Amino acid sequence: MIEAVIEALQFTFMRNALMAGVLVSIACGIIGTFVVINRIVFISGGIAHAAYGGIGLGYYLKFNPVLGAIIFSVISALGMGAVQRKTRQRADTIIGVMWAIGMAMGIIFVDLSAGYKVDLMSYLFGSILAVPSSDLLIMLVLDVVIVALVALFYKELLAISFDETFATVENVPVDTIYMVLLCLIALTVVMMMRVVGLIMVIALLTMPAAISGQFVKDMKKMMLLASFLGVIFTATGLWLSYFLNLTSGATIILVSGAAYSLSLAAKLLISHTHSERVCFK
Amino acid sequence: MGHAKTMETPREVISVRHLWAGYDNEPVLEDINLSVKELDFIGLIGPNGGGKTTLIKVLLGLLPPTRGQAHIMGKSVKDGRRYIGYVPQSVEFDRDFPIRVWDVARMGRLGKRRLLQRYTAEDDEVVAEALRSVDMLDLGYRPIGALSGGQRQRVYVARALVTEPNILLLDEPMASVDPQVSASFYDLLSRLNEHVTILMISHDMSAISSHVKTVGCLNRRLFYHGEKQITPDMLEAAYRCPIDLIAHGIPHRVFPEHSVEEVRT
Repeated sequence: MIEAVIEALQFTFMRNALMAGVLVSIACGIIGTFVVINRIVFISGGIAHAAYGGIGLGYYLKFNPVLGAIIFSVISALGMGAVQRKTRQRADTIIGVMWAIGMAMGIIFVDLSAGYKVDLMSYLFGSILAVPSSDLLIMLVLDVVIVALVALFYKELLAISFDETFATVENVPVDTIYMVLLCLIALTVVMMMRVVGLIMVIALLTMPAAISGQFVKDMKKMMLLASFLGVIFTATGLWLSYFLNLTSGATIILVSGAAYSLSLAAKLLISHTHSERVCFK
Repeated sequence: MGHAKTMETPREVISVRHLWAGYDNEPVLEDINLSVKELDFIGLIGPNGGGKTTLIKVLLGLLPPTRGQAHIMGKSVKDGRRYIGYVPQSVEFDRDFPIRVWDVARMGRLGKRRLLQRYTAEDDEVVAEALRSVDMLDLGYRPIGALSGGQRQRVYVARALVTEPNILLLDEPMASVDPQVSASFYDLLSRLNEHVTILMISHDMSAISSHVKTVGCLNRRLFYHGEKQITPDMLEAAYRCPIDLIAHGIPHRVFPEHSVEEVRT
């Protein structure tokens, strides 16, 4: 077994895949924490799927689809954010519509573009085993940007997440900070696209943070633990998929899902025994 | 924030003149006039839907009035709200939110620190002092979700005090808190009132009438003339016809000892 692991690590693609898992998990743990505590899983899903429009555009106009995905996800993040902030009612409907339009545009652009589209599926379902070294550099840069922005605006991000009204009264630029957060989600989503694919992005974005939130009650610690869990899940999923010859993205999601289910069960058990103890007092 | 300038006539800290406000052209507040003087302790009661929350939103600059004006410390609400320490309702709260008491209280320093500025040691001192004044310093490390409703409300008061306010504005501070807890909470407010002006809005008449200096009734219109007690006239004017509302709201609540079972969250 150990020999097989060492043998696998001889391959650049395997080392790159593990590295990609680490880099993505850092962003994922930090931004996923905000997604979970702000309850904006749906809008994050919308951003992820709308990014597909940018991939299609990249194919059509023959530039790097990742760049297209960044543009589309940031624009859709700003659009969805504006809708959510300005029209309090039916925001979810409009976000759902933008979600679908983004995807549909991507499909049509791909239809219109000529040529062989072999790695199209990799954007939808992920291809962590095919991450080139140049992508690792992009991921590293995005990580630095995300960590720096979150560190710089930490007190404001915490404030708008916890009590937006109070933050407004204290003259925090609430709308701007919220839009910055959504743009960070957009960048994270594009990074994660490589690992698990657009379709499963929200799962990997939320599960480590959700598990972490059950055990720590401090936002910084929640981010750290979520990032750490992300690394564990991607590495475990990667090895399992390698040895069992399964799709890596889906395996990573199932590993995370299993861990999430276990943590939910553990929490239920703990609170159950706790409430029993209270009853017997 | 010159405090002790005035000696004889207390100066006006909140001034509301002929104010109308509402949503989608449906007025919720009609022709509100209110003058709050320094070190007042005013309690406004009113039925649900009577515009209590709307008035608070206007005073915090969260909702522009449709007509009339509101001023805080002689400034527009958006400029003047930095003199207000706002204590929100304690309902609607995510128990799982990963934050500690200390970090909640420290949010009161947001208005003093700009973007990209870090909190300082001075901020920590102010936070410690505020938490001590509400007897919550020992629990500073607790997650906010682990507190009882009354403790959480104290933390919100501490957070408001951390802003070093001239005015405390409280919105239904004791909704969903049991009576003993609320009694000690109102004692705390009375102590704080030695230094800050307090405007409190509630539907809990017993608490209001026994702790505040003056009371008023708010039901779309405001009936406040600086009285110490709620007069039948005010009630009749404020609540107008709905007899059941009065029966439900008043006779049992005037005397605190009558409110036996209130559910604790």
